Amino acid sequence: MSVSEEAERLSRRNFLRMAGIGGTALCLGLYTSGQAGVKVINQALVNAASEGVELAAWIIINTSGKVTLICHRAEMGQGVYHSIAQIIAEELEVDLYGVDIQLTQGDEKKYGSQLTGGSSTIRGSYKNLLKLSATAREVLIMAAAARWGVAADACYAESGHVIHKASGKKFHYGELVADAVKLAPPKEVKLKPRSAYQIIGKGNHRRDTPMKTNGEAIFGIDKRLPGLQFAAVKRNPRLRGKVKSFDASAALQVPGVTKVFKVVMGVWDTDREGVAVVANSTWAAIEGKKALRVEWDDTGFEHISTAEIYSRHRELLQSSEGLPLKTQGDPTGIISQSDHKLDVIYETPYQSHSCMEPVNCIAHFQGDKVEIWGPVQAPNWIQDYVSKKMGLARENVIVNMTFLGGGFGRKAMPDYPYEAVLVSKEIGAPVQVVWTREDDATQGPFRPGVSYRCEGAVEDGGITALKFRMAGQNNDHWRGGDNGKPNRSTSEGFLKPYYDTIKNISFADLPFKTPIPTSFWRSVYASTNGFAYESFMDELAHKAVRDPLDLRRQYLKDERSQLLIDKMEEVSGWKSRKKNDGYGVAITECFASTVGHIVKVSKGKTGGIHIDKVWVVVDCGWYVNPDIITAQVEGSVVMAIGAATIHEITFKDGMVEQRNFYDYKMPRIMDIPPIEVHIMENDEDAGGMGEPGLPAFAPALTNAIFDLTGKRIRKLPFDMGNAGMEK
Amino acid sequence: MINLNVNHKVYQVDADPNMPLLWVIRDLIGLTGTKYGCGVAQCGACVVHLNGEAVRSCVTKVSRAEGQQVTTIEGLSAQNNHPLQVAWNEENVPQCGYCHSGQIMSAAVLLREKADPTDQDIDDAMAGNLCRCGTYLRIRKAIHLAAELQKKEGGSV
Ligand code: FES
Ligand code: FES
Repeated sequence: MSVSEEAERLSRRNFLRMAGIGGTALCLGLYTSGQAGVKVINQALVNAASEGVELAAWIIINTSGKVTLICHRAEMGQGVYHSIAQIIAEELEVDLYGVDIQLTQGDEKKYGSQLTGGSSTIRGSYKNLLKLSATAREVLIMAAAARWGVAADACYAESGHVIHKASGKKFHYGELVADAVKLAPPKEVKLKPRSAYQIIGKGNHRRDTPMKTNGEAIFGIDKRLPGLQFAAVKRNPRLRGKVKSFDASAALQVPGVTKVFKVVMGVWDTDREGVAVVANSTWAAIEGKKALRVEWDDTGFEHISTAEIYSRHRELLQSSEGLPLKTQGDPTGIISQSDHKLDVIYETPYQSHSCMEPVNCIAHFQGDKVEIWGPVQAPNWIQDYVSKKMGLARENVIVNMTFLGGGFGRKAMPDYPYEAVLVSKEIGAPVQVVWTREDDATQGPFRPGVSYRCEGAVEDGGITALKFRMAGQNNDHWRGGDNGKPNRSTSEGFLKPYYDTIKNISFADLPFKTPIPTSFWRSVYASTNGFAYESFMDELAHKAVRDPLDLRRQYLKDERSQLLIDKMEEVSGWKSRKKNDGYGVAITECFASTVGHIVKVSKGKTGGIHIDKVWVVVDCGWYVNPDIITAQVEGSVVMAIGAATIHEITFKDGMVEQRNFYDYKMPRIMDIPPIEVHIMENDEDAGGMGEPGLPAFAPALTNAIFDLTGKRIRKLPFDMGNAGMEK
Repeated sequence: MINLNVNHKVYQVDADPNMPLLWVIRDLIGLTGTKYGCGVAQCGACVVHLNGEAVRSCVTKVSRAEGQQVTTIEGLSAQNNHPLQVAWNEENVPQCGYCHSGQIMSAAVLLREKADPTDQDIDDAMAGNLCRCGTYLRIRKAIHLAAELQKKEGGSV
């Protein structure tokens, strides 16, 4: 996902537009400026007038004072449904628990990119949302002041009312709408200083909790439409395979099964084939799928196995310099001259996203248009992909967002919505295609397994050179990425202040391809890079006979890093720990936030390693909700425990070997150590928080195990039950 | 036709007796609060109560539920005010929320049987419920809180 592209787009979108439709509601939204801008705005207003005011805006206030806010991004657990409302309610001066919040459709002309990835929602939109909300408030104040014939600054807004200070007279917002829509919004609005916030900065009760405790929340898989059919698809278990032939007779015998036919799933630029079974219930479709007999065509691509993948990584890492991404100084020269050097390889596994809600999607194909409902992270990408593949006008691909039962990057792919569209087209009815857990586990896309060669030299207790090479699949290759270019994410996770203090550093990528589909997985390449780079820092500290946190303090000279390290020391009692007491540290940067982990381990009662405690210190700059941040970090640690110590996806003869949670096991309640989260307070720009809590956990854990046992773990996942046993 | 009593309402469903209760509840009766997560008794997303006992509806044939009392998350309380529901809100437990119908239904049986569960009791009772978002620490906290609330109410669950 291109975060920089998105940031650029958002910076161009700083125009406020206000539209009053028929005087019935005050609607505020943000529209793209620039070349296509005028057209876009007109179009949006025309649509709004003809189809209802909700289409026009982000904030809608009607004449009875009801306030509706749009959540333009995917709510997949990370809390934007609540925190967007929290931002708007603050500057709009309304009760957070009195507003309606609506999930929406894909429409980047109104909302900018809706790709919910790269931990980008808050950091990408908070400034605009604050300004938009303050503008709405100011216009309402202006309308009230004009009615009373007083100056605007003689009035203020509070919980959905404008109040005249001197007299105490008040109007509720609804009473002001008819006047407000006629006013030109002020060009500049004053935003509150952080110290004045009443709603932002509070870990208040999430708006989406009650509906998630009584079954009311509608996830993609829960969406129902009149006449909805259900489908399951038997896809070629080899990840580029096709269908040679199939025998539908047994499947059609299953009560409820109505139709069986071949269907294609597009994985970006490649196709995979399967056979769809349509039925009147999910279960009948799944039973029909079991009964179906298919002969696969597995020709034309390699049937790779895990052992081959990693031996090829090693070969590449030993034999090639790769494509340089970043180089400063002369690390190769320095290392070759050094008497105190390290040269090691780290390996990380393929991983499945395994959202609790398996992949699913509803499509209703209607000739020149298609409507989609589902748990999707990237509605605009679905519009792009489906319109291109189906030859439809982009605006005729309507994508409705539901709640997501987890996303983690998986649900940013347009493959499953496209497949649902094809099934709907074939049967001429709305259909929900549900992936079984087995489909979800075996079909991918997966986080690529990546190997690293890390070389470095130390002298007089300091680092003189670092040289990193990475071999692993590049997610961009799935979208036609250029083979001749290095993976831009090769240095993701590595802390930028190191470039100021370590003179010789290089990163290089060794392009590596397989037929296995890969994609973003929570924190993307930082999730694997972080393990290699921050484990290696620990190795160098040991080599240089330095305290690993001190070493980082020496090289992370900027003020924010120094304060972060102070905090880490303070909360974990780092300085008072005893030698080889089982403490490990790691710090990574991810999506504009820096997160440091300290992990404390001990020998388990029955052997192996026990995690006693995890301390996490987060510097994400300006933030909205400390409790949601804490929850995101807790969840990231749990996910990282799984990826580091419990599960991996392996391949044999071109097929995934895992099937379900019995062989792709998950951390469970008894596996979770206490996790203490601290958030740095500062006025810096906002960073992401849905993912950055993840990457530093694994290296902090293995560094702790090294501290306790002297055993260095360089391959994930490892078994905690045996860890540290053999030296 | 199979007669089912779900949340004190009687339904007649035209289902294969082998059809798992999960899919009868979701696709035929239309109560979608009960979730599909694995289909093989591994994740607990589908937990409902059968005569008050927690069962995994993905591996419970509908024929087994005939004439019995089935309770789903929608029927746990009238006002979303079961002590667990209150505690879940208080502790901001859910992230994506997908696993929590099952989490709460499992915890409800625990709380009925052990008014004051220990951490070990919670581990034992909740080990069958996965949460990919990693809300486990809050689940533990919220169960302890719900136990407190239940005591204060003096009522039974
Ligand atoms: S769906 Fe029944 S236990 Fe997972
Ligand atoms: S809250 Fe998402 S799986 Fe539990």
